[in-house]
Amino acid sequence: MGADIFAWLVQDGITNGAIYALLALALLLVFTVTRVIFVPQGELITFAALSLAMLESGRVPGTVYILVFGGLAAAAIEAVVALREHRLRRLPRIAMLYVALPLAVAAAVWWAAPRRPDQWVQVLLVLAMVVPLGPIMYRIAYQPLASASVLVLFIVSMAVHYVLTGLSLVFFGGEGLRSSAFSDAKFRLGVVDVTAQSLWVVLASLVIIVALWLLFERSIYGKALRATAINRVGARLVGIPTVLTGHLSFLLAAFIGAVSGILIAPITTLYYDTGFLIGLKGFVGAILGGMASYPLAALGALAVGLLESFSSFWASAYKETIVFGLIVPVLVWLSLRSRHVEEEERE
Amino acid sequence: MSPGRIAIALFIAYLLAAPFVLPEFYVTLMNYIGLATLVTLGLVLLTGVAGLMSFGQQVFVGFGAYATGVLTTVYGASPWLGLGAGLAFTAVAALALGLITVRLSGHYLPISTLAWGIAFYFAFGNLELVGRYDGIQGIPAISLFGWSIESGRGSYALIWAVTLAALLAAHNLLDSRSGRAIRALRFRAVMAESFGIDTARLKLVVFLYAALLASLSGWLYAHFLHFVSPGAFNVNIGIEYLFMAVVGGASQVWGAVIGASLLTLLKEWLKDILPRFFEQSGNYEVIVFGLLMLPLLHRARDGLMPVLARLGRRNGRAPARAPRAAPALARRAGPAAGEPLLGLAGVHKNFGGLAAVRALSFEMRAGEILGLIGPNGAGKSTVFNVVTGVLPADAGEVRFRGARIDALPARRIARLAIARTFQHVNLVGGMSVLENVAIGAHLRGAKGTASAMLRLDREEERRLLHEAARQVERVGLSAHLGEPSASLALGQQRMVEIARALAADPVLLLLDEPAAGLRFQEKRSLAALLRRLRAEGTSILLVEHDMDFVMGLVERLVVMDFGEKIAEGLPHEIQANPLVIEAYLGGIE
Repeated sequence: MGADIFAWLVQDGITNGAIYALLALALLLVFTVTRVIFVPQGELITFAALSLAMLESGRVPGTVYILVFGGLAAAAIEAVVALREHRLRRLPRIAMLYVALPLAVAAAVWWAAPRRPDQWVQVLLVLAMVVPLGPIMYRIAYQPLASASVLVLFIVSMAVHYVLTGLSLVFFGGEGLRSSAFSDAKFRLGVVDVTAQSLWVVLASLVIIVALWLLFERSIYGKALRATAINRVGARLVGIPTVLTGHLSFLLAAFIGAVSGILIAPITTLYYDTGFLIGLKGFVGAILGGMASYPLAALGALAVGLLESFSSFWASAYKETIVFGLIVPVLVWLSLRSRHVEEEERE
Repeated sequence: MSPGRIAIALFIAYLLAAPFVLPEFYVTLMNYIGLATLVTLGLVLLTGVAGLMSFGQQVFVGFGAYATGVLTTVYGASPWLGLGAGLAFTAVAALALGLITVRLSGHYLPISTLAWGIAFYFAFGNLELVGRYDGIQGIPAISLFGWSIESGRGSYALIWAVTLAALLAAHNLLDSRSGRAIRALRFRAVMAESFGIDTARLKLVVFLYAALLASLSGWLYAHFLHFVSPGAFNVNIGIEYLFMAVVGGASQVWGAVIGASLLTLLKEWLKDILPRFFEQSGNYEVIVFGLLMLPLLHRARDGLMPVLARLGRRNGRAPARAPRAAPALARRAGPAAGEPLLGLAGVHKNFGGLAAVRALSFEMRAGEILGLIGPNGAGKSTVFNVVTGVLPADAGEVRFRGARIDALPARRIARLAIARTFQHVNLVGGMSVLENVAIGAHLRGAKGTASAMLRLDREEERRLLHEAARQVERVGLSAHLGEPSASLALGQQRMVEIARALAADPVLLLLDEPAAGLRFQEKRSLAALLRRLRAEGTSILLVEHDMDFVMGLVERLVVMDFGEKIAEGLPHEIQANPLVIEAYLGGIE
């Protein structure tokens, strides 16, 4: 292997690894705050990437239907709860958040799509369509089970994943799509051509990671999230509502998922179910980091990206097998480290 | 006959009649149901009963199917050799995967099962040996005593004979010594370890059994369809198996049949009906599956089986049957009264920055009742946990009958005839009082999972249950023998805890606040019971808050405050000790 191929593989690995790192952070955030293993993150990536590709070709992506009908379902649930608790004053807010907002986004997309707006407008529209899906998902599927065990929440995640992949096939079809790059520029760096797209990905990831750090360290909402992650009951006792932190973590995760999808759309051809695999690679990264530490999760995800890049060079057909097989040695290590009888599941 | 038995009899009658009545299409569908039931049954034991969740069972189905596929088509071997090879390969793989995952906490196993599900799917799809994505065609039929099983009806007989046998074996397993231990794994692993159950090993056994059932299903599948391809073993199939277990009721053996039947039929029906409503093609059934799962998980998390069981039981609970009389279990020879029994020397235990126990030393002799008292938070329960091996000591020595035990795990300490109760009642809520107490006698039996499945354990089982019933009677709860322990009052549950500890035939009994929540009369009978035990030679270490209860009962007392021993002596000395009075009533500054 020549130095140029090596450098190219490293670049490729870091680009993908940066995206996996973002996903690993989001998954870890959701897991520590809500104990949800957020498998449907993968579908958010798919939705964002494929919606961008469809907007580019002047079509209205089916994501708007998911947004509008998901919003209506969440509104119905909220309304039933509000009526049952005789808190009618909440109804306008519910209608605003879960009905009017999605409809407004849908209208904007309908209007804009055939007019082929600039790429940055497309990106904003995609974010507006995909990010609200996080809280909507939380409201419909997870909030009623907020106190359930990790395993029950995991099954819920698989059910949501099932629904969303099915919808993805209906709305985006079985063919792969790829959007055009943000920039075709290349820079010469030593022996290797660095593409502007890779720089975009790495820069965007860094910006989001720093923003997340600032959020956790400086803002009251970030502190509420951290408090809930450390001790859920304690956080509730000091007045941090679990519902708020749940919605917030899903909002952040959906944002990160959408950004990841937008970043990856020009790099890889995505199919209706590709996001599932991409999201799981983020999980492998988070597990490499022991499912507890953010920096370790990001490093683990970077390692996943590099391993994937090099294994696609040496054994392309077994790329996925190698990446997902990587989890085995890690689990061996974690298993040797754990000494206690495993903590019990709560009844 | 109970409604449950009638339902099972009807089901078997239906199975016998089905191939003669149903058209070929439905017989084929029944075959798919049988194949799915086998895999789901494994998941019921794994997920619902033992609390280990797997989305990767389709991989083991794949091992079973591919092993026989390759051997019979490439090497022309007999399907029976294929069966053996598939099971052997699965066993090795499951042991390897199980060894590294079942010890880890809850969420690692499901995530890693997803990961290896994907890894093996792509491996199946790219390996030349197994025909890449095209798969293996022309797998021969199974022949049995010269009869070649070609038809769907022939396969039906084989598939359902195997499935029924597996259901029966699983049913037998859960109703046995090992089964009670397995049922304690999910919520009561610490308690199980304290009664000598090797929970990690048992989880591995359950994991292996579930994998072998899946492999068996794969073997049947390959020879029934004469064809295997990676498509049958993708991640979605693994998720569907888990959905089947959840729909049926993940903790009940017969829930596997219900879940597998419902979802297989529903999928077939949806595939038939949904495309009529939509122009495009698509996997509409997965959308419906997912949407149906959500309300089910929100409203009936335990699945449909408990709902059905409740319907059947509406006419009042079946009365508890006392187990038949059986020869008593052998009793252990204890140490002579007055021999040194338990000794702590300089024991330390920290939780982060908090020293829960500091430099604690005391001795206890055989045949005495020693009281360990102190205000809340003094570290008494921590001492119990250190002595019984539930928590490791940070420093110091614990000796039992002269030998160091501080480095031993809880289950090894249980073998030395130390039994305990828990401050927070630690019973398996869904299990009857009798079965809960029988867990205490776990180490007094020896029959394992295999003999339980084949019902070769009945003699021992009768003796274990008889012993358990004797201990239940001793604590005065014979009237509640068959009731689920969760339905008892808290005070009664504490008595069940004591009965369970007694069933272990302990030399040393550690009781953590046994009198809490008892009424006056109950306390008196408890005190009488403890005196009787002492007379029989059992030594008792007692943590208790009720001073009247303690003072009238114990020989000596050890008093702790803030993790340290502040006094030791006879009851009347302790009552007059100024340090003790200060600890309990607060000093005057």
